[in-house]
Amino acid sequence: MRVNSMEKLLVSPSPHIRNDVSTAKIMGHVMIGLLPAVIAATVIFGGKALMLIGFCIAVAVILERISGAIMKRPDTTGDLSAAVTGLIFALNLPPTLPFWIALIGLFFAIVVTKMLFGGLGCNFANPAIVGRIVITLSFTSAMTTWSEPFSSDVTTMATPLASRSADYFDMFIGTTSGCIGETSALALIFGFVYLCAVKVITPSTPVAYVGTVALFSWIAGVDPLYQVLAGGLLLGAIFMATDYVTTPVTQTGKIIFGIGCGIITCVIRLYGSYPEGVSFSILIMNIVTPYIDMLCRTKPVGAKKPAKPQKEGM
Amino acid sequence: MPFFGIHLPHKKGTAQSATVKLPLPEVVKIPMSQHMGTPCEPTVKVGDTVTVGQKIGDSTAFMSTPVHSSVSGTVKAIGDYLLASGKVCKAVVIETDGNQTVSEDVKPPQVDDLKSFIAAIKESGCCGLGGAGFPTHIKLNVDIKDKPIDSLVINAAECEPYITSDCREIIERPDDVIDGIKQVMKYLEIENAYICIEKNKPEAIKLMKEKTASEGNIKVVPLRASYPQGAEKVVAYSATGRIVGEGELPSAKGIIVLNVSTAGFISRYLKTGMPLVEKRLTLDGDAFRTPCNVMALVGTPVSKLIKFADGAEGAIAKLIAGGPMMGMCLYDFETPVTKTNNAILGFTEKLAVRKEEQTACIHCGRCVSACPMKLMPNEIAKAYEAKDADMLRKLKLNLCMNCGSCSYVCPARRNVAETNQLAKGLIR
Repeated sequence: MRVNSMEKLLVSPSPHIRNDVSTAKIMGHVMIGLLPAVIAATVIFGGKALMLIGFCIAVAVILERISGAIMKRPDTTGDLSAAVTGLIFALNLPPTLPFWIALIGLFFAIVVTKMLFGGLGCNFANPAIVGRIVITLSFTSAMTTWSEPFSSDVTTMATPLASRSADYFDMFIGTTSGCIGETSALALIFGFVYLCAVKVITPSTPVAYVGTVALFSWIAGVDPLYQVLAGGLLLGAIFMATDYVTTPVTQTGKIIFGIGCGIITCVIRLYGSYPEGVSFSILIMNIVTPYIDMLCRTKPVGAKKPAKPQKEGM
Repeated sequence: MPFFGIHLPHKKGTAQSATVKLPLPEVVKIPMSQHMGTPCEPTVKVGDTVTVGQKIGDSTAFMSTPVHSSVSGTVKAIGDYLLASGKVCKAVVIETDGNQTVSEDVKPPQVDDLKSFIAAIKESGCCGLGGAGFPTHIKLNVDIKDKPIDSLVINAAECEPYITSDCREIIERPDDVIDGIKQVMKYLEIENAYICIEKNKPEAIKLMKEKTASEGNIKVVPLRASYPQGAEKVVAYSATGRIVGEGELPSAKGIIVLNVSTAGFISRYLKTGMPLVEKRLTLDGDAFRTPCNVMALVGTPVSKLIKFADGAEGAIAKLIAGGPMMGMCLYDFETPVTKTNNAILGFTEKLAVRKEEQTACIHCGRCVSACPMKLMPNEIAKAYEAKDADMLRKLKLNLCMNCGSCSYVCPARRNVAETNQLAKGLIR
């Protein structure tokens, strides 16, 4: 016997089915895409690099949880975005960086840049990049102390960008000095192919970014291949310039974003006083992203141009 | 290329299920509003004896078609009835006598020119059988001297998952479909017809190709199986390459789009004069143990269909009239079948209840790439929150056809399409 059927049937607006891609799954794909770089880092720089990566991921998640609780927001660590920020941040650090400096960087990344602006989706700049820039400017010597591959000694070896004399093969497989996750181009390209294959990113931004750097360098009379392989370009172009929240939505917008990043990176690298400009270029382009989005709206199919407003009082 | 589509699971499990006539219900409830347009006024009184095909509701309004009795029996009640859309209209409740006596009004109409053809279609009570339910006589009532129509697009895309009722129309009544197409082509002086079928229905494509082999001006167009391939503007583009613009009807571009079941019905009506009193529906979803296609009389309570498909009412958490992408939820098992119904889906709690809460928009742009009209649902949502009607107009929200693709792909599980619908309230 049916007592009251109105109580039993669910009523909701269409559509009644959804696909199975979720924010957490997308973030999971990004972490898988970074796995080759993590493995390469562990092989090249040893267990201390892996420990720093683990520390950063854990701290990022804990910071988001605590600050979220203080701000009385529902816990959002389940979407894995904090873990991804922690991982990307770690890959941007020198292997021998003291943990406490990493902690300060993560505080600026997660608490200041992300949570204070409203959490995931509301931050205007890439949290990992802001965190990295804060500690690069505050702890410049620690952030530019590099260790040699396969060695646990802290040395002040120059990175390929500074020395300008590294071997192509070393830079390709990663056996050179630099940030934990940036040295192995091969590992990063594996991640790029994976992310494109699972349709988490489109190739437009990385291709526009890397292409612009190569072209700019070639015109400026610098070895384009060297500029592409050296420094944090591939890590930035593949994993940070493709962050959904802080980059344009449309394909045209993504290409403009990539070209802008490429130009700024080259200007800083070739004419600025810093050897590396990837972080700054992405941050600057993050800031102009709302304007790129405004200029690059899609054109609806069959849309008619609105009638010109009639001038009144003529 | 305009009109991107998204990939959906097809779920066409009932494609091989031949249509079964549903047993005669004891009582039918026939709403006076069966489609968009003006509702009819009942032309019968309580206590009247009615026969199959007898007119029981009519209207003098332009945007309206008459309603006919689907059964023979006695009018038990005429009362107000709450439609699934929330509007109230009159409904005629008829107790069947079991004889299904056919009305003497049912005889082939006299049709010799366009005017009498349109008049006959209006009397047939026909409206678009694809689901939207635009009255067919209005669609066909074009001034062919002024704006000639050169392409008749027969929409058999059936891009919604689960639904196979149009596919069954092709397979079971191919000659009616072809004849209906020819009749429309003849009276509207249309040169070419295109039967558009998604490639996931190879049997229907093969059959239509065979049947049209000797017809030089009727072409079968296999379409890529993507959603929303069956939307009017999309199917018109797929067949002719012409884009029906904002605020335009397809006829402005020399096109008429007709659902395949509508074409089949037109042929049968011209031959027999039996108005639109029955409808083929696909019954599917995980709450039905025996998914199938049925032919149901208009006014049959949905509960009879559920029983026929071995669905336990207790297990049904969500009952949908139409497909899972654009269908409407029913809240009452006694809702009557109407002319525009093409499917009833029963979902158990497993499919009906969403497990994940909606989270913040991450600007991934999936809704933008999914939108077949190339709108920007992310920007529309922002403008809606700001209650910025000018911006909503600039973003061409009026072009949104509520296909639901944006919600389907959203990884944050946001109700994107619902927001678009709400935002439309600001620009009306």
